[in-house]
Parts: sequence; C-alpha cells; structure tokens
Amino acid sequence: MTTANMNVGIVIVSHSPLVARGAADMVRQMVGDSVPLAWCGGNPAGGLGTDMAAILRAIEEAWSDAGVAVFVDLGGAETNSEMAVETIGAPRSAKIAICNAPIVEGAVIAAAEASGGASLARVVATAEELSPS
Amino acid sequence: MIAARQMTREPVAVRIGDLIEACRDVIAEHADHLCHLDRAIGDGDHGTNMLRGFDALLAERDRLDSQALNDAIGEAGTILVMTIGGASGPLYGTLLIEMGRQLAAFNNPQDFAYAFGMAVDAVARRGKSARGDKTMLDVLYPLSDLLRQGYMARTVLERVTGLAETTVAMRAMRGRASFLGKRSIGHLDPGAASCALLVSAICRQLDKE
Repeated sequence: MTTANMNVGIVIVSHSPLVARGAADMVRQMVGDSVPLAWCGGNPAGGLGTDMAAILRAIEEAWSDAGVAVFVDLGGAETNSEMAVETIGAPRSAKIAICNAPIVEGAVIAAAEASGGASLARVVATAEELSPS
Repeated sequence: MIAARQMTREPVAVRIGDLIEACRDVIAEHADHLCHLDRAIGDGDHGTNMLRGFDALLAERDRLDSQALNDAIGEAGTILVMTIGGASGPLYGTLLIEMGRQLAAFNNPQDFAYAFGMAVDAVARRGKSARGDKTMLDVLYPLSDLLRQGYMARTVLERVTGLAETTVAMRAMRGRASFLGKRSIGHLDPGAASCALLVSAICRQLDKE
C-alpha cells in the first residue's frame, strides 16, 4: 500500500467544474500526491450543478480505508453527496464525512492535516474549525 | 395494470406509465415558467433540471410500468436523483424512494397515506427543512394531511395550487432563496410550484381512471 492510500482521501464537489478543479489544484500544490484526491462539478448535462453519479465516482477514486472527507459548495452539492454516501452504504459509508467547511479553504487545510496521517475525525475537525458554529 | 388505492378511498387501477407521461407533460409545458420563478430567487434552472429528470423517466416508462407499484416508485426516485442534477433531484428522489420503501413494508394499500407521510418526513430530513420554510414541504405536508383525512383526487386537485401559493408570503429559510433574506418574500417558491403541478397532473390522471 502506498502512502497516499493510507491517508484520508479528499473529495471536492462544486456546482462548477472550474471551481472544483481549481480547488483540487490548490490541494495538489499543498500536499502533492500524498493524499488521494478527486473532484467533480457540473450537472449530468454539463451545465452548472451537481451529478450524483459523478460524486459516487469521485468518492471511489479518492477512496482510502482511513476514510474520505467530502467538501461541497451549495445545497445540491450537499444533498447529492448525502445520497451518494447512502448509495455506497454500510460499512463504508461510516468512513465518509461531508464537511461543514468552506470548499477551498476546507479542502486545503484538510489535505494538509491528512498528509500527516491524521484520522478522519481529526481531518474533519480541523476543516470545520473554519466554519462559525 | 396494477391495483392500488391512490389518493382515493376506493381502489383504482393505476398505470404508472400513464402517470409518468402526465407528469412529464406538465413539466414540459411549464418548464419555462419554473425557470422564470427560479431566476427570481434562485439559480434559474429548476424547469430545465426537472424536464431532464422527467424525460429520463419517460424513457424508462415501459420498464417501470411492468414493475410492482412500490418497486416502480422507488426506481423512479433513483432515476430522478441521477438525472435532475440540482437540489431537487435528491428531494424528489428521496420522496419517491422512501414512498416505495414504505409501500413495500405494508400489505394494506390503504396505508398509502401513511407511506406518503413517512416519505414527506424523509424529504424534510434530507432538506433539513420544516413547514413554513418556503419549500416544496409547504405543499407536501398539507397534502399529506388531506390524504390522511381520506380526501379524493378531485379535492386535492382543487386545493393544491392554493397550497403552493402560500409560499409567496413566506421568507425562504433554506436553499439559495434564503440568501435573499426578506427579498424572497413576494415570490412563489419554484419547488412548491413544480410540486403542485406534479400533484395536479397525477390527480387529473387518477380522476380519469
């Protein structure tokens, strides 16, 4: 198993593929390939929106036995991500966290934490410290 | 032909394929208007998203028509989640998936109203919303009450548009419309509007059968 596969994975889900890809570029710049990373953006027709099937694929792509932290922007990104987690189902769904954090800052800080081998709970807590409670 | 009690006291024969076609047609007819409503307080794509979802359902019409009612409803929900692409995908999808699940758990088709109520609760959990938040729940909860009281399709049809219109005076508490704060007041909620259109189409179809 490579180092990347032992660290918590990061998934970025935006309504815009440009935002998702840009946020992923910033994560890569910070942590290289030391954490599994995937992104998706846009609706099934290619416009702005979210696509549950694409979210499922991104989670699979960034899958780590240590867990996956998902970062979302607006409403549909969150509800579609919840549907994706439920579709994956137990026991793996327990290892997927949808974070209440700003998408760019959250993903970057979470990836930095994950790159040091932190647990999913620690990665999520670090990112969520960014959000006013 | 599937026998079931659908929104009426007496059993009616329901062809799920006919309901799908009626729903798709009403969404196609009003897609521009739904986008127009969504542009006022959202991102303007509700009609386009809903039409994509119901076009996908229509494409599966024959397959769904051959399934048991609960399976067809649940499967229709999954198709909507996969194709709508907006927040309404998971919301309408959850409504149908949970309804299918609940219908499968009951042997007595009289429990449709109960299954519907459970499905509406699931939508509220999915959207982290409640009645009065200016959402589709402002149509679904009162509709659930009507069904529990045993009202027929015709009565539901008479009242459902009025239910959606109650959202005009509300301030949005969830979704993008909530970003507008007080400025969301005075606009019809697009989700409540599409919900009323779909319920009307289903009632008209059931009343025909």
